[in-house]
Amino acid sequence: MSTTAPLDDKTLTELREIAARYPEARSGLLPMLHLVQSAQGRITPEGIEACAAILEISAAEVNGVATFYTMYKRHGVGDYHVGVCTNTLCAVMGGDAILERLKDHLEVGNDEVAVQRQGDSHTVSLEHIECNAACDYAPVMMVNWEFMDNQTPESAVQLVEALRAGHEVSSTRGPKLCTWREAERVLAGFPDGRADEGPSAGPASLVGLEIARERGWRAPDPTATPAIEAAQKEESGA
Amino acid sequence: MTDMLTPVLTDIWDAEQSWKLATYVDQGGYAALDVAFAMDPDDIITAVKDSGLRGRGGAGFPTGMKWSFIPQDNPKPKYLVVNADESEPGTCKDIPLMMGNPHVLVEGVIISSYAIRANKAFIYIRGEVVHVIRRVQAAVEEAYAAGHLGKDIHGSGYDLDVVVHAGAGAYICGEETALLEGLEGRRGQPRLRPPFPAVAGLYASPTVINNVESIASVPAIVKNGAAWFGAMGTEKSKGHGIFSLSGHVQKPGQYEAPLGITLRELLDLAGGVREGHQLKFWTPGGSSTPLFTDAHLDVPLDFEGVAGAGSMLGTRALQIFDDSVCVVRAVLRWTEFYQHESCGKCTPCREGTWWLTQALTRLENGQGSEADLDQLIDQCDNILGRAFCALGDGATSPVTSSIQYFRDEYLTHLSNGGCPFDPARSTAWAGTEVSA
Repeated sequence: MSTTAPLDDKTLTELREIAARYPEARSGLLPMLHLVQSAQGRITPEGIEACAAILEISAAEVNGVATFYTMYKRHGVGDYHVGVCTNTLCAVMGGDAILERLKDHLEVGNDEVAVQRQGDSHTVSLEHIECNAACDYAPVMMVNWEFMDNQTPESAVQLVEALRAGHEVSSTRGPKLCTWREAERVLAGFPDGRADEGPSAGPASLVGLEIARERGWRAPDPTATPAIEAAQKEESGA
Repeated sequence: MTDMLTPVLTDIWDAEQSWKLATYVDQGGYAALDVAFAMDPDDIITAVKDSGLRGRGGAGFPTGMKWSFIPQDNPKPKYLVVNADESEPGTCKDIPLMMGNPHVLVEGVIISSYAIRANKAFIYIRGEVVHVIRRVQAAVEEAYAAGHLGKDIHGSGYDLDVVVHAGAGAYICGEETALLEGLEGRRGQPRLRPPFPAVAGLYASPTVINNVESIASVPAIVKNGAAWFGAMGTEKSKGHGIFSLSGHVQKPGQYEAPLGITLRELLDLAGGVREGHQLKFWTPGGSSTPLFTDAHLDVPLDFEGVAGAGSMLGTRALQIFDDSVCVVRAVLRWTEFYQHESCGKCTPCREGTWWLTQALTRLENGQGSEADLDQLIDQCDNILGRAFCALGDGATSPVTSSIQYFRDEYLTHLSNGGCPFDPARSTAWAGTEVSA
């Protein structure tokens, strides 16, 4: 893991910039904490003090918020933070088996960073996560909060090995993966200009639409709606 | 008679770069904006009321009525907040919607804000979906550049600013008042109601909070009329909705249909349950809605139909489990989720979800006794209706409904001295070798 550098002037300016987006500055706290993680790799005491000073609230209040939300980390994570969904549906579809295989393969427990072996260019951490709203692609994994759909224990092992080796990996329906700290910067509200990568939708998102296209099904024709309305009135005896 | 599937919000998803402003405008996007600006804001509220649109985030409250609760004589600024914190287990519709069609959400935000006379709107997206946040950020940026956002939009004299806000991982922030706490930079714990957000919401100002799909449904209603929307769906549950099929079905995915479609019809489109297996249980609207079984295949999936059969339409998150799945294991896992996500504010939920987890763990391991089932029911009685918000109520749904329909399976765990199911048989890769 890289050592934590002090917050620089650019980051402090950006923290103030976030607070200024809102009618009341404190609303910026969640994205500000994302920026702290991007700059320092975790929620640091220094980051908490900086947010508290900018928002003119106590460090304890900031701390209370930072400990409430699961995306905020008090300890470092890997360059690639790997999540395995083990909420019921994904667990049943194989998420439990994937998590077990990865724990075994990476020799880590939950929310731990795997040892960086000689030759690994990047680090990986592992966490079991809750439903990430991609159930039609179960079992689902996330890497730095990008979708890795329809995984198996074998594909999961290949994935973490590719990440450790520094190979280019893309989300199954999104962009080329960036590091965890780069992703945290997007969450802080500083776009990285990569919205146009990846498809419009993954295959499962399109199954209903494809059936509708095949069968010529569509929403009612708006120009025919007055007729529908009249028919309904007639039906109800109005 | 409308078609079985009615793509409206999903219609653009198969277009090349469907998330771009140019693609959206090509397909008629942002045309509803000028229709709206030619109307009095109150008339838009009336049109949305007349359409019969009900909240698509689970509760099903009439959207137009929610808007009409905003006290326009209150001198404070009004706010629109979009709830894009989609986290209910099984629910996976808003994420692909924002990924594939973010501009319909932005157009909906503009029209809805104009209707309630808000000049500032927030889109609160759960943090764990970076690419969705990129797409919505980019859509907002494009809308500003095209003059759909900012000062004097389309020369109407109306100003609107939109902030895209990322959450940080908390299921409870899907609860609207907890979401407001998060948006105010605090721990996401629900607020006492009343006062309702319409009176004292964000910064104690009048605030409307709507789900992504509700807001995204507004442009087509304004453009095509309330009657067009009402031509889809059933008498009290009008319009189109995205139905999300997941789990043991041949073709899991998103199906946009008029409310009132049945699971039998949807399964027919989805190629049925996994080959060699039977449907065992399913959720109509996420894990917080009581389970259904194969006896409920013909229940109309609208608000009244599902409620009449003892559950809730929720978010139309149809998680399908076949006969390879242990219902006790499934319910235990959901309960562990509620325990983890309980915000800790109220005792019935904070303590109750822990007790439920302990009792269920014992049962799944074949320990304990039949009396534990009655104790579970008793614990649920002490949570349901006594928790501060709907999280606690929702936590009891899988427990009580599973005991109602699968009491014998719980008992088999006891007589068997453990779980009689092999978890390997339920995996996506179990394939056909387990069909015997």
